[in-house]
Amino acid sequence: MKKTPLYDVHVVLGGKIIDFGGWALPVQYSSILNEHHAVRNAAGLFDVSHMGEILIEGSGAKEFIQQMITNDISKMSPGRIVYSPMCYRSGGTVDDLLVYQLDTNRYLLVVNASNTQKDYDWLKDNCNIKGISIKDVSADYGLIAIQGPASQKILQNLTSTPLEDIRFFRFLDNVEVAGVNAMVSRTGYTGEDGFELYVAADQAVRLWEEIMEAGHQEGLVPAGLGARDTLRFEAALPLYGQELSPNISPLEAGLDRFVKLNKQDFIGKDALIKQSEQGLKRKLVGFEMIDRGMPRTGYKIQADGKEIGFVTSGGLAPTLKKNVGLALVKIQHSNLGDEFFIQVRGKSLKARVIKTPFYLKK
Amino acid sequence: MKILEDLKYAKGHEWVRVEGNRAYIGITDFAQDELGDIVYIELPEVGAHVEVDDIMGSIESVKAAADVYAPVSGEIVEVNEELETSPELVNEDPYDAWIAVVEMADSGELDNLMDAEEYEKFCEEEA
Repeated sequence: MKKTPLYDVHVVLGGKIIDFGGWALPVQYSSILNEHHAVRNAAGLFDVSHMGEILIEGSGAKEFIQQMITNDISKMSPGRIVYSPMCYRSGGTVDDLLVYQLDTNRYLLVVNASNTQKDYDWLKDNCNIKGISIKDVSADYGLIAIQGPASQKILQNLTSTPLEDIRFFRFLDNVEVAGVNAMVSRTGYTGEDGFELYVAADQAVRLWEEIMEAGHQEGLVPAGLGARDTLRFEAALPLYGQELSPNISPLEAGLDRFVKLNKQDFIGKDALIKQSEQGLKRKLVGFEMIDRGMPRTGYKIQADGKEIGFVTSGGLAPTLKKNVGLALVKIQHSNLGDEFFIQVRGKSLKARVIKTPFYLKK
Repeated sequence: MKILEDLKYAKGHEWVRVEGNRAYIGITDFAQDELGDIVYIELPEVGAHVEVDDIMGSIESVKAAADVYAPVSGEIVEVNEELETSPELVNEDPYDAWIAVVEMADSGELDNLMDAEEYEKFCEEEA
């Protein structure tokens, strides 16, 4: 298994290490639920160094990225971040990613760890603009996320740069945090306020320890992949491989606002326009269990005795204390209040479509 | 990891505490630790008959689901309904939080289960 620069720290902290797509990462330190609640009420610190970073440089970089992703970065400027799906010609999803504009002709794509090589190849194979350099720079970075309402207060103790000036989906490069040079980004994957700090891989341990020390009194705890998943799930943020895949388009996943069908050509545009014009056949919905039971990823869903879809993510929403799920279902069963039956371990249990996100921060 | 001396253990990490002809059944400390935060428990029905290795319930944690297998055969005569509303009791004290009681059909089946020492070795091999 591959190790992040923070591997030894996780072991010392008692993290329960699992194989996460080839990476040795902690699923939890104390308890997924405790870590979840800490992030909702105070703050949690996550090692997300496994994420992939792909650097795209050159005078045609913006044009190239525009061709590759569904969102529109034409009005982007340095210091801004755009979230976007990236599609195949079929309209299915290659990945969902963040685009950081570092400079006029310099962009950093932050991609899902398990997709890094695939994305890199896809970008290379589809680049027909001269003078563009595409580099996988993932190994250069350590990436630490501090998430939760106390994040700014904690981090502000470690830097003289006013963090309140960094607005949501903006970033600032070359910020000195606890003596470490960091790119500070107001982003995250938990549905809470928070920051992601990109640092040189060999500085990650020092920064982690400084932040833990500074945040201890505010209730900061180390948080693992388990809480990261329950937090993003409550906020109904898509997870590649579950809500998005080569077989699921971003329109089906409800990501319409990140798909700009009226911008210039991009890969997948024709297929997505067709989907949009003909009307979707299936759609991602949120549901809550009416019967007692636990919906899980992959469970089939029936209505009127026929299969109508499947659960993409499911389980306890710890903040709501309800068993809920996300599901891809036939469009005629996707209206609020629609009822269907989740096939849970040999039983057919009733569920009802509710609005998403399940959790929205105050 | 806690293993109690006076209990019997099954390979599915269930424990059995025998009182007369009644077998109290729960899951072990090893099992609850592997599962993590337990958030849902499906209990068997009182009156149901189970054979050894039949599924007699399930336990769901935040991250996983596990079946509970009957370590002995017999009739389910009692279930711990408290676990329906407080499944976390299994994390807090797995040897107190019994799941169900089986009226044993054949107490000779207990001989097929592991004692504490054997179970400890079994866990070491699994870990």
